[in-house]
Amino acid sequence: MSHAQAPARRSPSTLRGASLPSWSPWAIAGGSILLGIGISAAAGLDSKIQWALIAGILYLLATFGFAARVEGGRQAKDRIATSLVWTAFVVAVIPLVSLIWVTVARGVKVLDFYFLTHSMGVVADTEPGGGIYHAILGSIEQVGLATLIGAPIGVLTAIYLVEYGRGKLARAVTFFVDVMTGIPSIVAGLFILSIMLMFDMQPFGFAGSLALAILMMPVVVRSTEEMLKLVPNELREASLALGVPKYRTILKVVLPTCIGGITTGIMLAIARIAGETAPVLLLVFGNPFINANPFEGAQASLPLYIYQQFSNSAGSGAAFDRAWAASLTLIAFVMILNLVARAIARWKAPKTGR
Amino acid sequence: MAKRIDVSGLTAYYGSHKAIEDISMTVEPRSVTAFIGPSGCGKSTFLRTLNRMHEVTPGGRVEGKVLLDDEDLYGNGIDPVSVRREVGMVFQRPNPFPTMSIFDNVAAGLRLNGSYRKSELSDIVEKSLKGANLWNEVKDRLNKPGSGLSGGQQQRLCIARAIAVEPKVLLMDEPCSALDPISTLAIEDLIGELKERFTIVIVTHNMQQAARVSDRTAFFNLSAVGQPGRLIEIDDTERIFSNPSVQATEDYISGRFG
Repeated sequence: MSHAQAPARRSPSTLRGASLPSWSPWAIAGGSILLGIGISAAAGLDSKIQWALIAGILYLLATFGFAARVEGGRQAKDRIATSLVWTAFVVAVIPLVSLIWVTVARGVKVLDFYFLTHSMGVVADTEPGGGIYHAILGSIEQVGLATLIGAPIGVLTAIYLVEYGRGKLARAVTFFVDVMTGIPSIVAGLFILSIMLMFDMQPFGFAGSLALAILMMPVVVRSTEEMLKLVPNELREASLALGVPKYRTILKVVLPTCIGGITTGIMLAIARIAGETAPVLLLVFGNPFINANPFEGAQASLPLYIYQQFSNSAGSGAAFDRAWAASLTLIAFVMILNLVARAIARWKAPKTGR
Repeated sequence: MAKRIDVSGLTAYYGSHKAIEDISMTVEPRSVTAFIGPSGCGKSTFLRTLNRMHEVTPGGRVEGKVLLDDEDLYGNGIDPVSVRREVGMVFQRPNPFPTMSIFDNVAAGLRLNGSYRKSELSDIVEKSLKGANLWNEVKDRLNKPGSGLSGGQQQRLCIARAIAVEPKVLLMDEPCSALDPISTLAIEDLIGELKERFTIVIVTHNMQQAARVSDRTAFFNLSAVGQPGRLIEIDDTERIFSNPSVQATEDYISGRFG
């Protein structure tokens, strides 16, 4: 290519080479898109994905060609790498944005105060009306109870592994946590179901909580472990050297230092289990009526509600609308949790101000 | 208040690796003893055996005796936590607790060990900060985080934190190695004042510093890499730096090796 000629064209200064104008990436992108559409139209391709693919390849080739000609080989490679990173970013963001877009667009149709405060009690799945109050209530209760069980056990396990665990037992615990991370949610559900069948119990909310807690624990352990490892050993030693017992060192020095990170980890784990459908379907069963008691009787939950609205809709548009609105509520629920977690992390983070 | 340290036949291990071997020495109360020697010769390890911080490291264990005024720190039934209240420590890098204010940092040792009344606590904090020559610089911002101070101030904050619990002995592990000359001078002056009240042991790589601040100096060395470190000699600082009795000490001090 132009490697051999590039130095000759450079200006006398060895520090300043020729460079493409700053608008050139946009110009090349525009040109490639037009050319891509033109080629596709001429060849009679009807898929827009093919158009985008052709435009993308044209863009990469054109960027490399222009840059190699004007700026030299190293800058050309740099521009290619930059373009690839941007392409990957766009490809990754498209599904996310389109998912949120579709959910919001379809979800807002029936999402109103009435929808949030009423149940499906007297509404058939194929008719319009009804709401998700019972599902929100069920979700909050089940996820809340699961968190009450899973988060403390997870955090304490992580403290054991990082602060105390040595030798075989710690290795075994780490191994089982790794195994638990890989448990499919339906298996956790079946595990609790087998216990329920042994005692001849009917579906109830707390059974779902137990399965969700099983799914939550390894996530909490992993994230808390990482956070505890980030606390510098010097802080532990400083505290121990003051004659502070180890348990107080952990409680008063180590945990406060990383409480923000631990909270974020727990919130992410909650976000994960809030969307679980399979164990809830098995253990909580679903219920169109409001059942505020998680310890007796079937309950609803948001993911389960979404699934059941789709599966029982018999093609009814009303059920689809409700499912989308419930999806939007679920996403908002998880999003709010994340924002809360971030706020707590920022509030609790070690202060650096003067 | 200050106590004497009597070490006899002390050997420390990291797992199966022997880090220091058969060290015996006496540290007089109300004096400054400096440890010098090349890197890796076990000065810090030895220092950490003096308040049982060595065993905090996984695999760390100790053989031999460390007497603190006739009481063996490694004897049966001795609680390492109580040992560390008697023998305080200042580390190489300033390590104030990042979640705590300046006040809370100094009060940490007391607060984490028991309950104190607010007024009592602020008296002790003021006294300790004054003792560490930091009071005038921070008295108007005691509620600001300790990590916002400069490196030298942070180190003096750590010294204030260590002396707030009124230990008998203060161990300092290269307390000035991360500091500039002016902060170093401040800390050296402070060491001179603190030795009125405490027994001080300081590890340093800076031989001028050892000559400036210490009454006695111990020289550590190791015969080869991987071999355990040993105490070569301990004597009055003046003698060590003018007329040491061992050739290796003279070589090290005059810069002929290491």
